[in-house]
Amino acid sequence: MKRRYLDYSATTPVKKEVLEAMIPYFTETFGNASSIHTFGQIAKEVLTESRKKVANLINANENEIFFTSGGTESDNWALKSIAKVNKNRGKHIITSKIEHHAILHSCETLESEGFEVTYLDVDEYGFISLEDLKNAIRKDTILISIMYINNEIGTVQNIEEIGKIAKDNNVIFHTDAVQAAGNIKIDVKELNVDLLSMSSHKIYGPKGIGALYIKRGTRIIPFMDGGAQEKKKRAGTENIPAIVGFAKACEIAKENLDEHINKLSVLRDDLIEKVSNSIDDVKVNGPRDNRHPGNVNFAFKYIEGEALLLMLDAVGVAASSGSACTAGSLEPSHVLMSIGLGHEIAHGSLRLTIGDFTEEEDIDFIVENLIRIVQTLRDMSPLYQG
Amino acid sequence: MLYTDIVMDHFSNPRNVGEIKDADGMGEVGNIQCGDIMRIYINVVDDVITECKFKTFGCGSAIASSSITTELVKGKTIDEALELTNKDVVQQLGGLPSVKVHCSVLAEDALKVAIYDYAEKNNKNYKGLEGFDPNQVNHEH
Ligand SMILES: Cc1ncc(COP(=O)(O)O)c(C=O)c1O
Ligand SMILES: [Zn+2]
Repeated sequence: MKRRYLDYSATTPVKKEVLEAMIPYFTETFGNASSIHTFGQIAKEVLTESRKKVANLINANENEIFFTSGGTESDNWALKSIAKVNKNRGKHIITSKIEHHAILHSCETLESEGFEVTYLDVDEYGFISLEDLKNAIRKDTILISIMYINNEIGTVQNIEEIGKIAKDNNVIFHTDAVQAAGNIKIDVKELNVDLLSMSSHKIYGPKGIGALYIKRGTRIIPFMDGGAQEKKKRAGTENIPAIVGFAKACEIAKENLDEHINKLSVLRDDLIEKVSNSIDDVKVNGPRDNRHPGNVNFAFKYIEGEALLLMLDAVGVAASSGSACTAGSLEPSHVLMSIGLGHEIAHGSLRLTIGDFTEEEDIDFIVENLIRIVQTLRDMSPLYQG
Repeated sequence: MLYTDIVMDHFSNPRNVGEIKDADGMGEVGNIQCGDIMRIYINVVDDVITECKFKTFGCGSAIASSSITTELVKGKTIDEALELTNKDVVQQLGGLPSVKVHCSVLAEDALKVAIYDYAEKNNKNYKGLEGFDPNQVNHEH
């Protein structure tokens, strides 16, 4: 059976060129970048080159890029360190209700340590209100953290305006750009962003590596204590093969950005249109414009998401859902609840995320099978009156 | 794989899906909050469950549990059917992931509510229903 992967927002395959770039750094050029000898110095050079490539993707300076173990660490580091450094200035943080758990759970930890967090509501498409943001800012607000692109429903926030508001009010601004870097043009020189989280495995690089962009002049403390790596800000021997892979992935992403966006958004719009036209009682979650180029999210009434995923998997289609049963929790996804979906429809959500290896033929296959599967499950559902 | 082959078989080819028109007994449990709702219909002749059908809104575990429950009780006497527990259901399915067991509890409950409904309508008493209150099986699973 041909397997079709439509879960690119969960993770991506490593591209061949990326893997090839990495391989020599496991066996031949394996030095520790802190060592004086040639092995070490070669590693150090490649580290610098890699940092440039990652910086280039978001138009940052290379000395503003700090490698981490991924998006989760970057988010934790940004929030917890900025809070700690600025705790004498204030204890108030602003974020949104639809952030990734790396942000939300970091905020909960900070709350338990005496910080106060405002969680901004979002509208039915997932956008925060800039007015709400302005109104939420207090004298003691030290940090605003709003995600660039939502991982479930693809909403692209107005980061430029949010940055302006932060700057006008002298508040530090962090954005989780894990879903954005490589999927949208980002120029940190045009944005008033102080910190920005990135992750390699969402852009065809290896897992377990990412970066935090820290604008020059931003005071931050280490998250990991130890050696003097990453300008004493993030200790631990650098994972050179992973860094090389991440850098290669960034380089490819930068080169092909326009093509990538065009290709994905055509497939995305096609899938949304075909499903909306051929299945009744389906809602498209997330915005029409300002949407991640590869994000599709539906909610089908009367059926449950996990059952949908299992039936799709049986025909080779890999997708994800925000239903409670898939999360093994009692509640459907906090993002779907925040955009105002009722439980009965949130349980029937399906996220299909398109990537560089998705083809038009995959879309047609999915539409055809979705029509059948949704009907099969509805015929089984006590909520559905055919 | 998340589920055993038996679960996947019952999920992919569920037995006895549907409604029984004017069923002798019907039971529905679960709620929309937690994401699983199960309805079981039974027909009874001489205290034997001759027909059993289900409709389920829910995950793989919920659908497979409904399916196997209908198979397990068809042809059984009511007293035998009342002895069926969630443990039996899970065992017959070859096990369930621990986070998924709660979704399967609904099957035992829906069956019991259906039998209760039948007993009420027909003024019958069964030992297995002593102390059973259908309003108490409100699922906070
Ligand atoms: C928006 C967002 N933030 C953070 C993360 C975590 O990134 P990582 O998997 O690299 O830790 C993810 C990935 O799941 C994400 O989608
Ligand atoms: Zn369930």
